[in-house]
Amino acid sequence: MSTMATLPIVIPLAAAAMTLIVQRSLRAERVIGISASIASMAVAIWLLVKVDQDGAVVVAVGGWAAPAGIALVADRLAVLLLATSAVALLAVLIYAVSQKSTDEELRGFHAVYQMLAAGVALALLTGDLFTLFVAFEIMLTASYVLLTHRAGGTDTRAALTYVVIGLVASALLLTAIGLIYAVTGTVNIADLTVKLDAVPGGLRSGLGWLLFMVFGIKAAIFPLFFWLPDSYPLAPTPVTALFAGLLTKIGVYAMIRTQTLLFPSDGPVTLMLVIAGLTMIVGVLGAIAQKDIKRILSFHIVSQIGYMIMGLGFFTVAGVAAAIVFVVHQIIVKASLFLVGGLVESSEGTGAIDAVNGVARRSPWIAALFLPSALSLAGFPPFSGFVGKLALVEAGFGVGSWIVVGVSLVASVLTVFSMTKIWGGVFWGEPTGRRPLPVSRGMAVATASLVAAGVIIAIGAQPLVEYAERAAVDLMGEGTYRDMVMGVHG
Amino acid sequence: MSWTIAIMAGVLFGTGTYLVLQKLLSRIIVGLGLIAHGANLILLGSGGKPAEPPIIEAGTAGAYSDPLEQALVLTAIVITFGITALLLALAYRSWTEQGSDDVEDDTEDRRIARAVLRR
Repeated sequence: MSTMATLPIVIPLAAAAMTLIVQRSLRAERVIGISASIASMAVAIWLLVKVDQDGAVVVAVGGWAAPAGIALVADRLAVLLLATSAVALLAVLIYAVSQKSTDEELRGFHAVYQMLAAGVALALLTGDLFTLFVAFEIMLTASYVLLTHRAGGTDTRAALTYVVIGLVASALLLTAIGLIYAVTGTVNIADLTVKLDAVPGGLRSGLGWLLFMVFGIKAAIFPLFFWLPDSYPLAPTPVTALFAGLLTKIGVYAMIRTQTLLFPSDGPVTLMLVIAGLTMIVGVLGAIAQKDIKRILSFHIVSQIGYMIMGLGFFTVAGVAAAIVFVVHQIIVKASLFLVGGLVESSEGTGAIDAVNGVARRSPWIAALFLPSALSLAGFPPFSGFVGKLALVEAGFGVGSWIVVGVSLVASVLTVFSMTKIWGGVFWGEPTGRRPLPVSRGMAVATASLVAAGVIIAIGAQPLVEYAERAAVDLMGEGTYRDMVMGVHG
Repeated sequence: MSWTIAIMAGVLFGTGTYLVLQKLLSRIIVGLGLIAHGANLILLGSGGKPAEPPIIEAGTAGAYSDPLEQALVLTAIVITFGITALLLALAYRSWTEQGSDDVEDDTEDRRIARAVLRR
């Protein structure tokens, strides 16, 4: 049972090593990569069901029980995001493999991809702050390579911004961990939930905000988001889709994990809600000003992060649960929107709104894939975005934070506006110019299955919301997490 | 944390920040290295006073120094080393592509500046 919780990390690591061995044969690399992703997804879904029935799975790595050793903690929050990210990883990999000028022509694409998957899994499963840092480094180093491997000309320089920001954030994370260790003498999260209580208030909130800022850089909150819209659109479509869907959300996950467990608050945190509101509004205004599909969508990543921070800022079970639902919805919907954007680019040759017209008439199936995801992002019922936003608004009313809820609704209206800009510019109108290029079937199938996953989230909204609520109770309950982790021997 | 380590970490963070804000990419990379060293020093200083080696023999239960933060620092140094190597490779590629080491202004900023000047 406990070995199952290590598999989401071990499978991709083993696959990364194996693809390097068979580097001569692209087909062998593909088979290994895709089967590893399928296996990881199967394990994650099995854990999703199992953890909900039997409670969290805790693994003491190397047989040293927490807090002396490193603990892997597969609780409800971790496995829910693990399963969601496994779905996104598999769909994006199939899309990448089916492209005509493939990204995998680069030596070692599959190895780097699986390393990224391992980093994501480790970040979600670890119960130890320092291992969280290591997981972030594994994930980010893989992302540096994926972002820059095809960059040419001025792109390398722009991608360097991303690497430099990543390094600064990592150094600050390390500093925060060092200071926390100096104060408490432990880096185990379950142990810290108790030991941080003894820390004087000012010092404690200083550490809390330092961690919030570090993960805020990774999650791209206002005012630390400026690197994201410049670097993400540079990458090839599957890589951008993966970054958009996963990487920033792992930052949000780390925020939810650390803030609820280590720095709990009795009521809504005003500063967090202010940051959330500004992130939503500035992100969506940035999106409105853009003229390229990928750049518009990149600014929307920033805007949507604000919703998650809002849910966290309420500091109630309902708020945190709504934030978790919103993260799940965003991982799927954001990745599928970028994949659709990539479909437009590869069939029309460009993603500039002014240059493309009438895709709805020429390739109606691309329009059919775009519509549900765009409506979901904007929060129309019955799509998954509506479920997340409704839960957030209800949680906001529950604590009486009327202003930020109002701001979030304004941001939603502006989201609709910028989605209609893509729809009106790209999909409507008379087709102009040359005939569309053919799009490979694998890309279409991968995109369609991710869009379908978004629709499934909407259909299964009730179980999802209930699951997220149980996950939030695990986080918010006094001592619940600690009791799960402590005293488990390997 | 001893004063020496605390002051050294502060100096490293300060000079590192100054270098990261420079225009030349090579300086930025050196600055990042300094910041990372500062973070490592803080981590190293977080373990309390130096003491006996952390080897517990039968019958002795004296004050021994904390081995954990040294293990953490080693891990952090290795990670920083790897990423700095990657960053240097990228900087070299960018230099061969563009022939200069300057970090350009943000494209969006330049577009807005042009639009303002035209008006």
